[in-house]
Amino acid sequence: MRAVDALMECLKAEGVEVVFGLPGGANLPTYDAFYDAGIRHILVRHEAGGGHAAEGYAKATGKVGVAFGTSGPGATNLITAICDAMMDSVPVVFITGQVRTELIGTDGFQEADILGMTLPAVKHSFMIQHPLEIPRTIHEAFHIARTGRPGPVLVDIPQDLSRADIPYEPVNDVHLPGYQPTTEGNQKQIRLAAKALANARRPVIYAGGGVVNANAAPELRELVLSDRFPITCTLMGLGAFPAPHEQWLGMLGMHGTRAANYAMDEADLICAIGARFDDRITGKLSEFAPRAKFIHVDIDPAEISKNVPAHIPIVGDAKNVLARLVTEYRALSADRSRLEDWWQRIEGWRTQYPLRYEDTTDGEIRPQRAIQAVFEATGGEAILTSDVGQHQMWTAQYYDFPEPRRWINSGGLGTMGFGLPAAMGAAVGCPDRTVVCIAGDGSVQMNAQELATCAQNAIPVKVVIINNGYLGMVRQWQELFWDKRYSHVDMGQYPDFVKLAEAHGATGIRLTDKTTLVDDLKAAIATDGPVVVDVRVTAEENVYPMIPAGQAARDMVG
Amino acid sequence: MGEPGTKELISLDELEAAGNLRTGRKHILSILVENKPGVLTRVAGLFARRAFNIDTLAVGPTDDETISRITLTLDGAVHPIDQVTKQLHKLVNVLKIRDLEPEETLARELALFKLAVDGPQRSEVLQLCEIFGGRVVDVSKRSLVVELTGSDDKIEAFEALVRPFGLIEMARTGEIAIARGRGET
Repeated sequence: MRAVDALMECLKAEGVEVVFGLPGGANLPTYDAFYDAGIRHILVRHEAGGGHAAEGYAKATGKVGVAFGTSGPGATNLITAICDAMMDSVPVVFITGQVRTELIGTDGFQEADILGMTLPAVKHSFMIQHPLEIPRTIHEAFHIARTGRPGPVLVDIPQDLSRADIPYEPVNDVHLPGYQPTTEGNQKQIRLAAKALANARRPVIYAGGGVVNANAAPELRELVLSDRFPITCTLMGLGAFPAPHEQWLGMLGMHGTRAANYAMDEADLICAIGARFDDRITGKLSEFAPRAKFIHVDIDPAEISKNVPAHIPIVGDAKNVLARLVTEYRALSADRSRLEDWWQRIEGWRTQYPLRYEDTTDGEIRPQRAIQAVFEATGGEAILTSDVGQHQMWTAQYYDFPEPRRWINSGGLGTMGFGLPAAMGAAVGCPDRTVVCIAGDGSVQMNAQELATCAQNAIPVKVVIINNGYLGMVRQWQELFWDKRYSHVDMGQYPDFVKLAEAHGATGIRLTDKTTLVDDLKAAIATDGPVVVDVRVTAEENVYPMIPAGQAARDMVG
Repeated sequence: MGEPGTKELISLDELEAAGNLRTGRKHILSILVENKPGVLTRVAGLFARRAFNIDTLAVGPTDDETISRITLTLDGAVHPIDQVTKQLHKLVNVLKIRDLEPEETLARELALFKLAVDGPQRSEVLQLCEIFGGRVVDVSKRSLVVELTGSDDKIEAFEALVRPFGLIEMARTGEIAIARGRGET
């Protein structure tokens, strides 16, 4: 059997339903194998789109996403998606073609040292040295991508080796002596955590994307409801606890709610689960949660005490640990009334500082209103993806996510152009769901070519562009911190997004009237096939509240 | 304080944070890795990516041909060692890491010194060699090459003593280390 046919067998054995990719010289043999392999392949227009689509698929389904590219530029075009998957712990296997082994190191045509270039940005990577290694390597790649803290794995296959004839036998095990993630949390530590929680007067539960990755939302909910614990989530964790809820404080961090950030600031005990104390959460590290002790649950030991020293570290899978923490906590029959004062304090912040914006008196659409209208038009039932910038923060603030895997965005790397291809991947993975990409007019242009992919494959993503004609977040910072010197942020009204959509074979709609917005969005979402909705919004609106970079939570403005 | 197995609660005041601490001393890490292409690059690249600074690095085979040993030293005053080892552990090809305790460790380094000595100075250098257990491995009319093994302290002491004679150049391997006693490193 050709090595590439064995590769297809391995993908099938891993349960791969779909591959996003683009062929080229070095992976011609692989694409020949695709011809009759019976695996769905979606031909993207740019490898970056394929990489992000694989991420969107993985985030929406919880399965491993797969992206293919050829050697050289095909591979380098994947690098942003690889970095993105690393930062947000997304399980994706990237398989690249490489030039023939005799050409490696000679600066051959379309040769790039993709393994070397991506070393700091992969969970692991493999360069195939011998065709017989291919089957086991593919399985090891999937195993590493999906287990422990998920992440991207790259497999680089030289063209000549992929053509080799090899005896293929299914591989049922992996051999990775240096890779043994700890999933079971330490029972003693879990008991200690339960007891600390039971004695805390001002506790906060701070959950991140790790809870989503571990499919631990039900267990998180149990823990939160096992007492009147206030709960906040990171940008990546939204949906891990169903919003709205009386114990839900909203998102925390730079554009989080005051209630969430002030609660962190005054907490005596913070229980972090699958979160990594990113600088967008902590602000000025030396002034972060100055009164708090920390329980830190994470599957990656290196995250514990990386930024904030933990008092009760627990290494393990969030689902495993949370289930046992709930049991331990319940057994203590803690006094619920001890949190009365704390809730009064929190309610005070909630009442005084709700999320708000000044709505217009005419038909002009505020961007925040546009997000609320998307919520109303979808009944909160859609999968939302987003690009990066103001629209992303407004979505995180104004769209209540009832479940995990409904909110797919680029948090760690902050990749503009992520939203549309990620929506494409999510829609392929979840064909029964409405998938809406909330895009920025700047961001969406970075991968707009994938509209053609959506049109050709009847992938019905609805792209709602929050169009303010600016690189809005940069403009906001220039307004607030750089004396309104708007340096190179004005995008104008280019391109015409309605025509752009139509040119790609999608439907284009422009909305400018607040009064009919919800109905118009409903109609757009009900339209078959991919749809681009160009929503013209107030040009110079800012995302508030805000912790200015490098400052403390209590220095929030707006 | 509330022991496991009892219902007694934990006083938050009694909790102490662990990790992210700087020890203030030199650390020798002995890292066993799979002997595969690119593994050293992964280890070195990790140090670069995390802004950790390696003081010395030595790589070589072990008794098992599928496994190599990387011995590296770094300054615990500058780096949180537990964060370094935890990041290293995430590399799939890293099998085992030992942060060697100085008292229980034999650490050795090989150094070559090329000295510009002739005539009367030569005997002084030879005396120093004898005291330090060094060996002269090359002699020319106007130079000597001395080979010396030992701990980095010893090498540095020798260097300080011979430098006034005219040190043309010096090459050091970086320390390798092994644990004392019967147990494996």
